[in-house]
Amino acid sequence: MTNVLLVRDLKVEFRVAEGTIKAVEGVSFRVPDGKTVALVGESGSGKSVISQAIMSILPKPAHITSGEILFFDPEKPGVFYDIAKLKPDSREMRNIRGGRISIIFQEPMTSLSPLHTIGDQISEALHLHHKKTKGEGVQITVDMLRLVGFPDPDAAFHTYPFELSGGLRQRAMIAMAMICKPALLIADEPTTALDVTIQAQILDLMQKLQKQLGMAILLITHDLGVVASMADEVVVMYHGKVMEQGTLEDIFRNPSHPYLKALMQAIPRFDMKPSERLTPIREIKRDNDSKFLEQANPRPIATGDEKPILEVRNLTKKFMTRKSTFFGAKPGGEVLAVDNVSFFIRPGECLGLVGESGCGKTTLSKLILRALTATAGEVTYNDRGRDIDVLALSKDALFDYRNKVQFIFQDPFSSLNPRMTVFDIISEPLIIHKVGTAAEREETVKELMTLVGLDIRFLRRYPHSFSGGQRQRIGIARALALKPDLLICDEPVSALDVSIQAQILNLLKDLQAELGLTYLFISHNLAVVDYIADRIAVMCKGRLVETAPKEALFKNPVHPYTKRLLAAVPEPDPNHQLNFSNLVEEKASNPELWPAPFTTDSYTSPVMMDIGDGHYVRVHENTDLKELRA
Amino acid sequence: MFTYFVHRVLIMIPTLLVISILTFVIIQLPPGDYLSNQLEELRSQGESASAMAKIAFYREQYALDKSPIEQYALWMGFWPGPNGFSGLIQGDWGQSFAYDLPVKEVVGDRLGLSFLINFSTILFIYIVAFPIGVYSATRQYSIGDYGFTLIGYLGLATPNFLLAMVLLYYANVYFGVSIGGLMDDKYINQPWSFEKAMSVVDHMIVPVIVIGTSGTASMIRRLRANLLDELQKQYVTTAKAKGVPRLKALIKYPIRMSLNPFIADIGNLLPDVISGSVIVSMVLSLPTVGPLLLEALRNQDQYMAGSLLMFLALLTVVGMFVSDVLLAVLDPRIRLSGGATK
Repeated sequence: MTNVLLVRDLKVEFRVAEGTIKAVEGVSFRVPDGKTVALVGESGSGKSVISQAIMSILPKPAHITSGEILFFDPEKPGVFYDIAKLKPDSREMRNIRGGRISIIFQEPMTSLSPLHTIGDQISEALHLHHKKTKGEGVQITVDMLRLVGFPDPDAAFHTYPFELSGGLRQRAMIAMAMICKPALLIADEPTTALDVTIQAQILDLMQKLQKQLGMAILLITHDLGVVASMADEVVVMYHGKVMEQGTLEDIFRNPSHPYLKALMQAIPRFDMKPSERLTPIREIKRDNDSKFLEQANPRPIATGDEKPILEVRNLTKKFMTRKSTFFGAKPGGEVLAVDNVSFFIRPGECLGLVGESGCGKTTLSKLILRALTATAGEVTYNDRGRDIDVLALSKDALFDYRNKVQFIFQDPFSSLNPRMTVFDIISEPLIIHKVGTAAEREETVKELMTLVGLDIRFLRRYPHSFSGGQRQRIGIARALALKPDLLICDEPVSALDVSIQAQILNLLKDLQAELGLTYLFISHNLAVVDYIADRIAVMCKGRLVETAPKEALFKNPVHPYTKRLLAAVPEPDPNHQLNFSNLVEEKASNPELWPAPFTTDSYTSPVMMDIGDGHYVRVHENTDLKELRA
Repeated sequence: MFTYFVHRVLIMIPTLLVISILTFVIIQLPPGDYLSNQLEELRSQGESASAMAKIAFYREQYALDKSPIEQYALWMGFWPGPNGFSGLIQGDWGQSFAYDLPVKEVVGDRLGLSFLINFSTILFIYIVAFPIGVYSATRQYSIGDYGFTLIGYLGLATPNFLLAMVLLYYANVYFGVSIGGLMDDKYINQPWSFEKAMSVVDHMIVPVIVIGTSGTASMIRRLRANLLDELQKQYVTTAKAKGVPRLKALIKYPIRMSLNPFIADIGNLLPDVISGSVIVSMVLSLPTVGPLLLEALRNQDQYMAGSLLMFLALLTVVGMFVSDVLLAVLDPRIRLSGGATK
């Protein structure tokens, strides 16, 4: 088998004011013709630097100090280039870059210029590398757009990126990379920013194009699930070095390096036993005799039929869109962000809320927090035996409610004020709610720090000196400061690496048990929800479509949307590869295309029906429920 | 796009109306007016019948004894005065009390010359700032970048009038150019000819540099910062990864993006340049409206001040309009999603 790319003993250094950082330290691997090689590692492992080195687009402070990057062009047998020695601006390198090797990036939102049509940007690559007339260029581009699955390629040629959805933008990006029929495609986290169903479609598209055009793919990812479904060979990286490499089978059957083994154990899987715990690569060391735990006064959790801590009934939120008219803006249509949602959470349980981006899950959480005002519906919070009508709260009562329900944010970077020290951040809720004296507050903050496993010597530092996982722990400490009973976690681990993700999930699990907390856990990652939640609610287009205890949901999903969602999750197991033939080209989240009795359109509006054992599904009222359970 | 254009034109009308009200109120705020001050003076000197009669005539003519609302309506031309509808919208700028002449005659050529100077200054700012800003951003932390930064800060920190005087002196000593005024003395009050125009151009170089320095300096800083931001963006890497040559990639993507604030600044630059040019005009004795405006405000010469302020407001509003339209032409996001849901 011939190789397209051979990397030998590559070393890359970053020379910055603080000294030199060795980003890549002697990496060697190969990419065979027509095959997919996955480069796996956590953020900071140097995998993206390697892709930049191959494209010769390294940032200014980076230098290749030694090693070879040999590129064998299958169209010119016997000729090879050493990219490490070519000047980035040389003619040969420019011909290779974009012409023979091309790349797709992670962020489809930012990697296309917002000011040029996608047709312009795609055909630009073609005209740079091939002599074509303008008309031919348009024709080839339109054909390419059709090939990557644009429904109306002629019209798509003239659209701007901001008019397209994330999935279509990534398709445009793929079209741009493929237009010159490269010998090697580098895909740098191509699906990380996308929803699972869209991710499955993009992965499917990449495989199809690979077969059709016979190119090699270097897939850079941190997601072992994607690797298991896509790769032929795997290279595992850690801190700029290759830990292990081999065929897909070898890597998953007998991982030998401790790092790889640890990585495998840190990923939540569907087949985990109920009591099984994730093993993070670095366990958080926590001081368990924190005084905070003694004073915690956890809410007593009775087993059995207790009243729910939170009950949401027919909650609806409409957003008004504005229409631009001749004389300024006036109210246009309405968007139903949350449509008649009802659910409950029992004290001490964790309800997982799952759905794709834009389905209304974050809006729902903000309604519960009263950060947004609901259009209609009821939210009842049970404060240790006393019912509170959350939507009717005002002034003092609302202020007190904030004590009881707290929020953990998705982005650990933007949710902490960069100009406040950690101490200020964690003590701020206590100051706002006038809890204790200054000395008592200081004591509480220190206890909170040990509770989440951070050193109290860090209190004077600013957020920028912490890693993503540590910042998320600061966010958790802040949320716990007021001793709430209910925590709403909005995608708390989606911005984190797998090993850090395991740390945070375990921490949240432990805290739940120790402090008697109740969670509403929002995520798009079904495996994560499976690990932490007791019951799961699936949301689509502002409506709940299925609610069930997690075992029931995963074993016996009833709603077609839930089924598609589950089918689209890539599992880190070569025996459970994604079955692309199951995929439907239309968006799985279009309620009008769901088969009867699930169809939701202007004629039928199904309701949530109990099919037994706490399993609710949104079906048409006259459906035979026995049939559904089978 | 057409709706946007028409909408944008229509919105200028209420804007100018509100500005006119504000202008009028502010001019009216200090106690008394030009005529009552004049009256006091005449009284103290012993009355002269003809002067008193003149004042009485003006009072009648401009309704100075009526309520402020009526005065405003007369000034704007919403309400018929003794000579029928005759106000700003009919093109009558009223009377300058201090000069005892219609405002139009006092101002004369000055409006056109002010416009010329300010327009040339803005052009100068753009022509100089653009290449330097791009150079500084693409060669960040190079010697050239530091040099331009230093010069830029000097430009920002030097008072305009000081620079004006220094240049006035050296231009005269080394180039023999006399730069007081806007043209050679012999052309004043002469009909326009080619020589006269050349003389105006000669005389404009120094004022344009003087008035434009600080604007240029801040524009360089802004363009540099914008472009540095854009150069970090992912789509620049995408262009590089396609194999686009460096210069072409630079011009097509990040520079195009960083033009937005550049154009949006047209409207903001105008008032800056105009108010900045008043002192310089005094120092260089330029026949612009700046010195007249200052004088009119001090004398409470209300029609003179009001009309000049309205002229400046019109310039600013039109500048804003031009920049908005250009932005819409340049940026499809503004063109296509303007006014949509937020």
